[in-house]
Amino acid sequence: MSTIWPALEEILIKVEKPARYIGLERGAQKPAHDAKNVAWLLTYPDVYEVGFPNQGLQILYEIVNELDIGEAERAYAPWIDLEAIMREQNIPLFSVDTHRPAFEFDVVAFNLSSELVYTNVLNCIDLAGIPLRSKQRSVNDPLVGAGGHCTYNPEPLAEFVDFFVLGDGEEVITELTHTIHAWKSNSNDPKSRNHLLENLSEIEGVYVPALYEVTKDSHGHQLLEPKNELAPKVVEKRTIADLEEWPYPKNQLVPITEVVHDRLNVEVFRGCTRGCRFCQAGMITRPVRERSVEQVRTMVKSGIERTGYDEVALTSLSTADYSDIEKAVELTTDDTLSCGQVSVSLPSLRVDAFTVGIAATIQGVKRTGLTFAPEAGSWRMRQVINKLITEEDLYGAVESAFSQGWRRMKLYFLIGLPTETDEDTLGIATLAQNCAEIGKKYTKNASVTVSVGGFVPKPFTPFQWFGQNTTTELQRKVNLLKDATRKMRGVQLKWHDPKATVVEGILSRGNRALADVLEDVWRSGGTFQEWSEHFDLDRWSTAMENHELSIDWYTYRHREKTEPLPWDHLDAGLYKDFLWQEWRDALEQVGLEDCRWTPCYDCGACTGFGIDHVVASTSPPVGGSQGTWQDLENGGVRPQLLTIGTRSNGGDKH
Amino acid sequence: MGRIRFASHRDIAKVWERALRIANVPMIYSEGFSPRPRISYGLALPTGSESDCEYIDVQVDDSNGLPFDLLEISDLLTSHLPEGIAINGAAIMEGKPPSLQQTVTSSVWDLTVNEDNVTVDLWLGRMNEMKEIVTVRERKGKKITDDIKPLVHSLEKRTNEEDGKVVVTAELGTQPRSLRPSELLRSIQPCLSEYKLRRRKQIVQQGAARLDPLEVEGATRMRIPIGAS
Repeated sequence: MSTIWPALEEILIKVEKPARYIGLERGAQKPAHDAKNVAWLLTYPDVYEVGFPNQGLQILYEIVNELDIGEAERAYAPWIDLEAIMREQNIPLFSVDTHRPAFEFDVVAFNLSSELVYTNVLNCIDLAGIPLRSKQRSVNDPLVGAGGHCTYNPEPLAEFVDFFVLGDGEEVITELTHTIHAWKSNSNDPKSRNHLLENLSEIEGVYVPALYEVTKDSHGHQLLEPKNELAPKVVEKRTIADLEEWPYPKNQLVPITEVVHDRLNVEVFRGCTRGCRFCQAGMITRPVRERSVEQVRTMVKSGIERTGYDEVALTSLSTADYSDIEKAVELTTDDTLSCGQVSVSLPSLRVDAFTVGIAATIQGVKRTGLTFAPEAGSWRMRQVINKLITEEDLYGAVESAFSQGWRRMKLYFLIGLPTETDEDTLGIATLAQNCAEIGKKYTKNASVTVSVGGFVPKPFTPFQWFGQNTTTELQRKVNLLKDATRKMRGVQLKWHDPKATVVEGILSRGNRALADVLEDVWRSGGTFQEWSEHFDLDRWSTAMENHELSIDWYTYRHREKTEPLPWDHLDAGLYKDFLWQEWRDALEQVGLEDCRWTPCYDCGACTGFGIDHVVASTSPPVGGSQGTWQDLENGGVRPQLLTIGTRSNGGDKH
Repeated sequence: MGRIRFASHRDIAKVWERALRIANVPMIYSEGFSPRPRISYGLALPTGSESDCEYIDVQVDDSNGLPFDLLEISDLLTSHLPEGIAINGAAIMEGKPPSLQQTVTSSVWDLTVNEDNVTVDLWLGRMNEMKEIVTVRERKGKKITDDIKPLVHSLEKRTNEEDGKVVVTAELGTQPRSLRPSELLRSIQPCLSEYKLRRRKQIVQQGAARLDPLEVEGATRMRIPIGAS
């Protein structure tokens, strides 16, 4: 086993933030290398300070290292300055734990949390010394795997990745390790790489793209068929039934250098049944699986003792929705934990006074800023997206926050949502102004920051059929808001670059034909695309043009019900009929309540898998938007309905 | 020592804070909404440098019937610090001793350079000849001109047997300001460039006595020297 440390040590003094590359974090492992073991290089395809806190990666790191036959180390994308020197001196991608070169591992596995990291995945494969495309690899090359939310439409990366994992990784990573181990240790096996891939495809939740034949229908839509009977026709996602059985990470890593979310994180539940129609995370992670409040407390206590952190975040998709939230907060702020020096944060606040009340009971909390996500500017629009927050909820939350000493509010909104009118868009400015007015009653320094992002339709959501707003349209809406907020005192506007939104859109619902585009963009130097200083739309539009692919067809076009979707061979647990019904209901502004406390409406996530919600408390938490669905009848003006299915002729170009 | 040398002074400060908290050392915290433990970290070590002699002051709450077993706490802390950082000694200071930054008067460095013997000899010759070495620095947007020669206390050259690289051992003053090794190497032509830096000693000059910061005399201070680990 080798290490590239001596070579790296010579050059680290020349690069920015060298501590990104040294490892040594508290909790980091130095697995003893054994050629018989299955060695995983768990790679986050972004810079260290962004990738380090990723909890999924840390969970898998621990699980693999607990196995007798497994060893796991971590790697992150080297920043551009180091990459340049690595290429010049032929230093391969390496693990930060023992600085072992990537090609010595059996599996190089990536976490995919955003489409804009795809070119970094290509870059890391190449830096690892692995042939770029799956079909070019030999039996001696490591396997390239990927997990994370973006695997629900893996097709743009299908040519580069040997296997994808759908859903929760806790169980499947052990199964993968055993399968690879058996293949490695069976000396009678012809050791063909294809044989291994076939073995992997037999594991539930594992998708091996090479085992599928790609064809197109008469409209240019991609169709996939298994090449033989070994590969499943439909790959179902994996779901762990009970989060309580997986109290990971048990040894959360503590970094040496500064990273984002630098605090203890305790996941209080997985899944979300709010049913926001734009939200892929809420759809694909169902059902809700809560930890018991006792386990939350134990994990906080042992985590604080072990890490030396003075801040803990109770994480989930919407922590105020944890059914025993009051008890959880009460127990984690208990003095005996930490002599009162630990602060608790709820990173995803629900928009209501009740939630702010909870936040206010947390001692030691720095009352600088609070963030809320109303997502849309009008009640009508919020019914369309099923984010059922009334204006009263928002004003109640903001009033409660300002009156209890907070001075800065941050409000998150989406623009470019289905049926959105300018009235809806401008509603964002009105809400912000009213919030700032409320603030002025309490403090002269009241400040409301409005952050708007362009909406990108995602696979396995009710909006997967929606044609995304064009860059021009999104920019026009941003400009509307710029004009509207310019003279508002105490209101600041921030927005995401609509040019980056279109690239996310291309990849989000793209197919395998995009492989050439990704390769072109990467070869032209387009890495770190989620970093605005490195993002360049021209690279993407040029590559699309060169391969005669239309951005309009991929991104801006509404889909019909009958259109084959590139992810039809995958199963996120949701019935397509349910999603379609939700899409129709959205256009009719019909809301849908949280199914934890109401009868099942059979989305498929529980019934299809024989599992159910696991809740810590049998009664819903009180207050706020838990009850707002009662106001559904009082919606705004009926929107002009989208015409579906009239713009699909762009397929001919494809 | 080792990989940890690439962590910045700020990073190391945080590492200490967490290790102290894990070891349950009862620290004194500042007042206010976000209380911080009262720790002072002494002279900053440039990122990439190794050191045999870093010092920190930690204000400890002894209201609960201490004194501490310094040896025990030092070993415990070392076990919670990253590989490459170890505690080699500790002392208890009572009352309000002056800060480390004010106390230390000079540091001794081993400066391993990229240049060969001939270049280093040339550089040393010029260094010794020059009566004053005026440098211009920018600080907070203002240009500051000063003579660094008084801060160069001694310079010696040797060759590292292992890799044949030239090492300049330099004692550099830290009062009224600290002369950085990289600044020294680049202050005259031909410039030298650092391959690896290692701080060997921090010295408190009191009259003719050259003391280790743990040995400084003080009427209200009590010392408990402990064995090097």
